[in-house]
Amino acid sequence: MITSPDHLESADGTRASAGTLAMLGDRLALAAEAEGLLDVAYTTADSPVGTLLLAATPAGLVRVAYDVEDHDRVLDILARRISPRVLRAPRRLDAAARQLDEYFGGRRQVFDLPLDLSLSTGFRQLVQRRLTEIGYGQTRTYGQIAELVGRPRAVRAVGTACATNPLPVVVPCHRVLRADGTTGGYVGGPGAKKTLLRLEAAA
Amino acid sequence: MKQPFENVVERHGGTVLRVCRVLLGSHDAQDAWSETFLSALRAYPDLPDDANAEAWLVTIAHRKAIDVLRARQRQPVPVGEIPDAPTALGVPGAEDDDLWRAVAALPGKQRQAVAYHYIAGLAYAQIAGILGGSADAARRAAADGIRNLRENYPGAATKGASS
Repeated sequence: MITSPDHLESADGTRASAGTLAMLGDRLALAAEAEGLLDVAYTTADSPVGTLLLAATPAGLVRVAYDVEDHDRVLDILARRISPRVLRAPRRLDAAARQLDEYFGGRRQVFDLPLDLSLSTGFRQLVQRRLTEIGYGQTRTYGQIAELVGRPRAVRAVGTACATNPLPVVVPCHRVLRADGTTGGYVGGPGAKKTLLRLEAAA
Repeated sequence: MKQPFENVVERHGGTVLRVCRVLLGSHDAQDAWSETFLSALRAYPDLPDDANAEAWLVTIAHRKAIDVLRARQRQPVPVGEIPDAPTALGVPGAEDDDLWRAVAALPGKQRQAVAYHYIAGLAYAQIAGILGGSADAARRAAADGIRNLRENYPGAATKGASS
């Protein structure tokens, strides 16, 4: 007897439904982009330093996040700080994902991507902008960056700016080390920082 | 705090699809689903944080399904219940044509009330808010719909025998 929706549910075909929903989700992302409603698009990409979350606004790449940062938490913050119109939409991240793949494969030394630095403000953003000037395979100390931005005594603030870099790997805060030569902290963990430095030293 | 819209799609996408299928059949359901979520995405920043997202989505789906039906009535080409076009996605044998025919034969209000109560799990007061009329009227429409299905769906008696 039909006393519950079970018949209607099962007639739907659960497996068919999963495939259909995946297709409909992709279609929604494309329609949202076309209608200008995709405020934050994201995807994930595998890398030698774990799964990376990549997120972009229409202005450019806005966030790269390590696993240890908790991707769900990062997406919640993006929804709050930028817009809740957040969808998994890999297409907008195609170029970023491809360039990161080339970088980790040793085939790319410079990222050529539009960046949206709006998650950082003031001194932190100023520092993060200057970090992009440190070339592949080179390193600087926190003190040198402080001098570079004209605040030679703001070494700790430079450390904070590096630690809060919303675009790790692409904005190379991993190239900034302690004055004593040790690697110092890193948003992706010290292991990830060493992996990136080894990768760049090998090239 | 408002969660990313992707979470809303993940949590409620399946229910909304099932509601659309009961309202429209499988073919038009996908279009109604797409229209529903695109419209919801547009309005999402203004949705109150404490709103019931599922009831909100079903209300949008209700309107979109009516739009689809109206558009169908204006079109000279009869489409009706296409014998399951989504071959690339559907699992052969998963469709229960007799049940869908019985659902399609329900009067509009009964079909809507069954979808919103038994598929979406909305309370009759919420359904009354969507359909107009009273909660009692919504309850009667859902009950009549289920009784109609029981009478007109040949598989109902045998399939349910063990439960």
